[in-house]
Amino acid sequence: MKTYDLTELALRNLRESSLRNSLTTVGISVGVASLVAMLSLGIGLQKLATRHLAKSGLFDTVVVMSRRDLRGFSRDDERNTASAAESRTLDEPARQEIERLPDVLEAYPDIRFITELRYQDKPHLTMVSGIPESARSNDAFSGIQGAFFSSENAPEVILQKSFAAELLGKDSKPGQEDDIPVADLAKPLLGQELTMRYAERVAAPSATGSIESAKDRTPNEYEASSDSAYSVISREQKLKIVGISDLDPDSMRGAARARVFLPLKLAQTLHVMQPSDLRDSMRGFNKQPSYSTISVRVKNPKQVEAVEQAIKKLGFNTFSILDATRSLRQFFAVLDLFLGIFGSLALAVASIGIVNTLVMAILERRREIGIMKAIGASDGDVKKLFFAEAGAMGVLGGVVGVMLGWAIGHVINLGTNIYLKRQALPPESFWAVPWWLVGAAIVFAFIVSLLSGLYPAARAARLDPVQALRYE
Amino acid sequence: MTNKHSPTGSNGAPAVRIVDLCRHYQMGETLIRAVDGISLQVRAGEFVALLGSSGSGKSSLLNLIAGLDRPTSGAVIVEDKDLARLSREELAKYRLHAVGMVFQSFNLVSRMTLAENVELPLRFAEVDRGQRDALTQAALERVGLSSRSTHRPSELSGGEQQRAALARALINRPKLLLADEPTGNLDSHTGTEIMNFIREFNQSLGMTIVMVTHERALAERYAQRLIFLADGKLIDDQSNLATPAESSQITASGTSSSGITSSEKDR
Repeated sequence: MKTYDLTELALRNLRESSLRNSLTTVGISVGVASLVAMLSLGIGLQKLATRHLAKSGLFDTVVVMSRRDLRGFSRDDERNTASAAESRTLDEPARQEIERLPDVLEAYPDIRFITELRYQDKPHLTMVSGIPESARSNDAFSGIQGAFFSSENAPEVILQKSFAAELLGKDSKPGQEDDIPVADLAKPLLGQELTMRYAERVAAPSATGSIESAKDRTPNEYEASSDSAYSVISREQKLKIVGISDLDPDSMRGAARARVFLPLKLAQTLHVMQPSDLRDSMRGFNKQPSYSTISVRVKNPKQVEAVEQAIKKLGFNTFSILDATRSLRQFFAVLDLFLGIFGSLALAVASIGIVNTLVMAILERRREIGIMKAIGASDGDVKKLFFAEAGAMGVLGGVVGVMLGWAIGHVINLGTNIYLKRQALPPESFWAVPWWLVGAAIVFAFIVSLLSGLYPAARAARLDPVQALRYE
Repeated sequence: MTNKHSPTGSNGAPAVRIVDLCRHYQMGETLIRAVDGISLQVRAGEFVALLGSSGSGKSSLLNLIAGLDRPTSGAVIVEDKDLARLSREELAKYRLHAVGMVFQSFNLVSRMTLAENVELPLRFAEVDRGQRDALTQAALERVGLSSRSTHRPSELSGGEQQRAALARALINRPKLLLADEPTGNLDSHTGTEIMNFIREFNQSLGMTIVMVTHERALAERYAQRLIFLADGKLIDDQSNLATPAESSQITASGTSSSGITSSEKDR
């Protein structure tokens, strides 16, 4: 029999005893719905977690540190300073070298310092950080109120919202900043001016190096000691508030520990005294100032590992969020597996329903099968007909089930968000039904149905027409 | 047993050749010899009636000719093929193309309309959709049911159902029509109507007809040859001297099941 004839006959047979067949189909739908719901929850949670991680902007970022800085805390620091070939200073040449590595988008120094900001003559002490122009397109600043910096060295600032609340005197306990909508903070602050007081490092004009620092120096380090001397001058800089970010200060490992953000170029030109400056001058080597850390942005999160390796080979220490996400992915793979197994249980029960329905149909339609065989239907025709009926129920149940699962997901999501809203938490999406899941669920239901149809179809095909025709 | 008769309307070549055919069933302890060593030939174009009381083995013999059942031993040769040696698949093909069957109980698929019932063999034969409608309509028209094509069997009279079954049996243009008590569930008037159709197929389409009946009068009125069975054995095989049936006004009421055990007695 031709496929369209099979389909047509199967569908009309299904319509014939519609109550039983629709009940069976509902069974499959519930099975598919539970599968879709479970997997959607798994995928949704994974997306949620990934989204939060992605907000940190570190998915495609490698943080580079000098090995020396790390050893600074260990006892064998002094002994190892000689092996400079493998532990290098994180300075401007190093940054440029890293930036030239394949797949590296940019490498920029992390400039971070604690300083005092005055707003309406009230001093506030906080961490200030420079952020690169590329952060404009980051997820990290997607929830910004106001605008991003107008240029790379505009005297402008973006405030983290807890700091904004502090400026307005709405300071609340940590963890409860979410109580205040960002928009409310933005209104009175945007366009206002802050005065930042900071310590500028100015290279000393004198050529006399400090004797104390020379003592510590090893011969193969930078020779010139004259440039390492500098003076520190207190300065003030007026800054215009252009944006309020709802960034969670703890979610970002690097720059976001800060609560006030400056354009990176501006931060660099200010020559603010860095913690590393002191350390460098103790060791007494720096023609150029060194950086405490450099952030390296990689073109694609997939290349993070390779870039990390390359940077390590250059003699630096690195950190990326890759390790954290690896275990996270593993966790979700296991979670999805378990959710999938539980979801499949309902479908397994439904498949028994298909077997039952078809076996019943064979008993009921025994005579009909006999007639069909008597007028020339082959075993294959009869088998295919029952297969088609099973398959049609599967596809139908799959389609309805996906819709049902999708609806269940939305209802749960809606309910959760109403709850979250009552708890004054921002709404979240726990639910994700990707297209591949829709397709896979329907195909899976179809395959399960066909498998369920195997036995009934074989049984129908084996029927002896003479006996079947005698059957009333 | 060989057939010495050469009935009118047949071209002489054997359409069905049955050689020492046996069909035995095991039913509990007892062995039932439904067909027990029958040999006969049916010529192409012949109209043969198989007569016998119930349990004589006439329906079993018909099922063996129809390829619905397989013999215990012996051969049924139709169109040079021994049905006993065909695979299940080949047997299905044989039923589809070489024979048409009508039954006492009509055997239409109750969930389908008349047109769909008649069309069903075309679906199994994988005839193109475009041609099917025309073929179905032509077959229905032949039995005078064009106007009823969208009705379901349950909405029709027995005669109409049997006419639809005839249309279905014809649709794949088989050369052999097997009828198992085709008038058994019908009153005499509609029975005559059906028999006239069967005779027309025999005469105008040249179909070979093998009809099982227990009504001797009916057989004598329409068949060219009467074969009598009892206990699975062939007991008599004779030309029907009472033909032509057109002229006879015998009411085809069948109360004569007692009169067929012996052909001699009726003569």
